Amino acid sequence: METILEARGLTKRYGATLALNSVDLTLPKGKIVGLLGPNGSGKTTLLKIAAGLLTPTSGFILADNRPIGEETKSVISFLPEQTYLPDWMTVTDCLEYFTDFYEDFDSKRAEDMLGRLAVPANKKMRTLSKGTREKMQLVLVMSRRAKLYLLDEPIGGVDPATRDYILNTIIGNYDNEATILISTHLIADVEKVLDEFLFLKDGVITMHDTTDNVRETQGKSLDELFREVFRC
Amino acid sequence: MAWQFSSNRPIYQQIMDEIELRILNGTYEKGMRLPSVRDLAMTAAVNPNTMQRALSDLENQGLITTQRNAGRTVTTDETAIKRARTVKADSLAETFLLQMKALGMTKEEALERLAGREEKEEEHGNNT
Repeated sequence: METILEARGLTKRYGATLALNSVDLTLPKGKIVGLLGPNGSGKTTLLKIAAGLLTPTSGFILADNRPIGEETKSVISFLPEQTYLPDWMTVTDCLEYFTDFYEDFDSKRAEDMLGRLAVPANKKMRTLSKGTREKMQLVLVMSRRAKLYLLDEPIGGVDPATRDYILNTIIGNYDNEATILISTHLIADVEKVLDEFLFLKDGVITMHDTTDNVRETQGKSLDELFREVFRC
Repeated sequence: MAWQFSSNRPIYQQIMDEIELRILNGTYEKGMRLPSVRDLAMTAAVNPNTMQRALSDLENQGLITTQRNAGRTVTTDETAIKRARTVKADSLAETFLLQMKALGMTKEEALERLAGREEKEEEHGNNT
């Protein structure tokens, strides 16, 4: 199977804190993968390194067989935990911004999805609810025809109905050539959409398997396994 | 409405059960064209890859066929559907008998309960 993301000995240190400790990782193309771990386990650090927003202290990481940099940014679509759309931009501004910025941005797809959300085009970001802003940001990120999507806590902090909308947007826009890496600690909500998962604990990947395999061999859901492994 | 899944079995197997049931009880009629993988995945709220796997396995079992150009359709092969229904019914009957046995009942007693139950259902049906 072809690889979309590969890391070897990936380490990130913030002063005395070891956020990632020699992570080895190979993600295939065409899968939806969960990056699962408790708060502070290093999920965001790993995603930000892959997105090219942080540089690792040591080790290497390749996306689409190239070192992380300008080139890989054009094939990676990153959804940060906090939205970054400026308050003063309208919905139309945001669409134009993404069209200008990303060659692979499918504005028709984005408009269709925003139409379903029933957000008026002239509304400013400032006036939208937190949930709507998050949906809007996700629609923009998922409307790129990227090879790798990195979604940092896309369902954290939103109500269950919004969560369903977000997961549906992810499923509905997924093309089976692309890989989606979703970080979350809300396992029960995402496990139905995951092909594979990674458990990240104190900066170390402790498990990498398929969701089916866990159910098949252990007869339990990912949520149950997570609660066991990460019991406090 | 998203489909409900239990936590102890792989999701693709549970999807297979659900679609098989729909074929056996006629919700998905013989020869009917199935929705696309993506649409089915969205309705069930599952990963499209998982849906794909379930459909391929059902295809291997002969309940679904892939038409060039027409996508996936429910088989028109009556025998295949009958066979699948018998297999399913046998497995349900076996589960029933095992549970009755666990209650301390013989097969005869179990069947007696079953027969009595059917009459009750009919009575109920007549009254309404």
